[in-house]
Amino acid sequence: MTPTLALRDSTTMLRRNLLHARRYPSLTLNILLTPIVLLLLFVYVFGDVMSAGIDGGGADRAGYIAYLVPGILMMTIGASPTGTAISVSMDMTEGIIARFRTMAIHRGAVLIGHVVASVLQAIISVVLVGAVAVAIGFRSTDATALDWLAAFGLLTLVAVAFTWIAVGIGLAGPNAEAAGNNALPLIILPLISSAFVPIDAMPGWFQPIAEYQPFTPAIETLRGLLLGTEIGDNGWITLIWCLGLTALGYHWSNSLFRRDPK
Amino acid sequence: MTTTTSHTPAIAAEGLRKAYGGRTVLDGIDLAVPTGSVFSLLGPNGAGKTTAVKILSTLIRADGGRARVAGHDVAGSPDAVRAAIGVTGQFSAVDGLITGEENMLLMADLHHLPKHEGRRGTAELLARFDLTEAARKPASTYSGGMRRRLDLAMTLIGDPRIIFLDEPTTGLDPRSRHDMWGIIRERVADGVTVFLTTQYLDEADELADRIAVLHDGRIAAEGTADELKRLVPGGHVRLRFTDPRAYERAAAALHGVTCDDETLSLQIPSDGSQHALRSILDRLDTDDIAADELTVHTPDLDDVFFALTGGTDVPDRPEVAAR
Repeated sequence: MTPTLALRDSTTMLRRNLLHARRYPSLTLNILLTPIVLLLLFVYVFGDVMSAGIDGGGADRAGYIAYLVPGILMMTIGASPTGTAISVSMDMTEGIIARFRTMAIHRGAVLIGHVVASVLQAIISVVLVGAVAVAIGFRSTDATALDWLAAFGLLTLVAVAFTWIAVGIGLAGPNAEAAGNNALPLIILPLISSAFVPIDAMPGWFQPIAEYQPFTPAIETLRGLLLGTEIGDNGWITLIWCLGLTALGYHWSNSLFRRDPK
Repeated sequence: MTTTTSHTPAIAAEGLRKAYGGRTVLDGIDLAVPTGSVFSLLGPNGAGKTTAVKILSTLIRADGGRARVAGHDVAGSPDAVRAAIGVTGQFSAVDGLITGEENMLLMADLHHLPKHEGRRGTAELLARFDLTEAARKPASTYSGGMRRRLDLAMTLIGDPRIIFLDEPTTGLDPRSRHDMWGIIRERVADGVTVFLTTQYLDEADELADRIAVLHDGRIAAEGTADELKRLVPGGHVRLRFTDPRAYERAAAALHGVTCDDETLSLQIPSDGSQHALRSILDRLDTDDIAADELTVHTPDLDDVFFALTGGTDVPDRPEVAAR
């Protein structure tokens, strides 16, 4: 199997997944809804309280939007893999997967199609959520074109990493329901990161949980790129998390997919 | 069967074994299917037919034994096997979320056909399988027969030389079944090798050059339909009477009859040929005996099947049922 054919088969599978997404957009839209609702909720309902609590000063809703948006964007990336896990799991129960297995096509193409389609959907979701954020007053301070590019790359990397993990979750579960439940931690993880409040504002015993997980460094890196805050080691830590999760998810998914079907 | 027969069989298997969690499904089966022929694996549900197809089509690995398909080892070079085969499984292998046409184009792309060729093949096969009208509808809205036809059309777009059909007509209405048989025969006429599993004896009789009866994971018998039919006791002619006197006179007039006093019927061993029938009728005419009913029973695959799979169950034959 030459790389050209592998690319060609993967592209064909991607087209199939995009067709699914276009025909049945409800799953994608549902996933988009959560971050937007959270964004509006935290800005307009909790905004004054949150900002006062964080700064220790007066209410500053605009300042809180700036703090919140990078977290919400990262959360959008974190929510999308749940859909991936469900659609992969549903797909595996379809007879067509058995057909693919008896055809001379690149073995990884089915999964790569799912991953690329999901990452594209995640990126579109991020753009849409970002548009809402800008509409309600989010402005990036002194981010250069390079910073924007890096931010975009960062979001993509995180999306790839969590999507591969989600594909593994989708393959491991016995059915779509189980896959959806098993993917729940991917949604909870950003909630217990520095997305809504800084780590320092959390109770001491909880701080390590929030700090030593992939979303916190990723969100801090994104804040640095968009708002010019200190990035520090967060950039490297995020990169290592992403590469590690991608490698883990990739190998896990592929070994699950290579198993004999029942 | 055809002149395309080459030296290597299209499908050859030796001692295939497979067990699922301690339960043996295939207990060492040997198969040889000449190129260009139709081979039918016949057996009841759970006999291991689907497992055999799954192994031969590289979907799962055997626990033991060897199999070569299109000259390639299924375990050693599965991709070479996959390039030569087409599979239509028992459960329809279509993508329900997209349209019939999109399913076909997807297959064409995966076979790396050039765009225009894929479109042409899709249009031709959809037309041949009477799906042109439904081509733009999602496959999930298709009826059972339509899904099965689409499934087979998807298998055929890559023009495979060896086709596996796992119970292709199960659950189809009689009309769709005959359509399916016609489609299969057309491919066979093109020299394609067909490996067919079925639980319908008439289907095997209708389509297959050779039939293997699979029972409890073993091949219980193999041969042409005629060879298999010879394995069971021959046929007979059955005469039924309403008049007890006619019944008694007939019993006296004919040789080698088996009498059933209760139903007033006689069984005379016979091959069912014109000559044999005439001699019975002549004998009755000479003695002026009129039978109320005459039926000819030639052994069919049902008899073979029940004899081989050794069920103590009495086959549900019309004659028996009429008792």
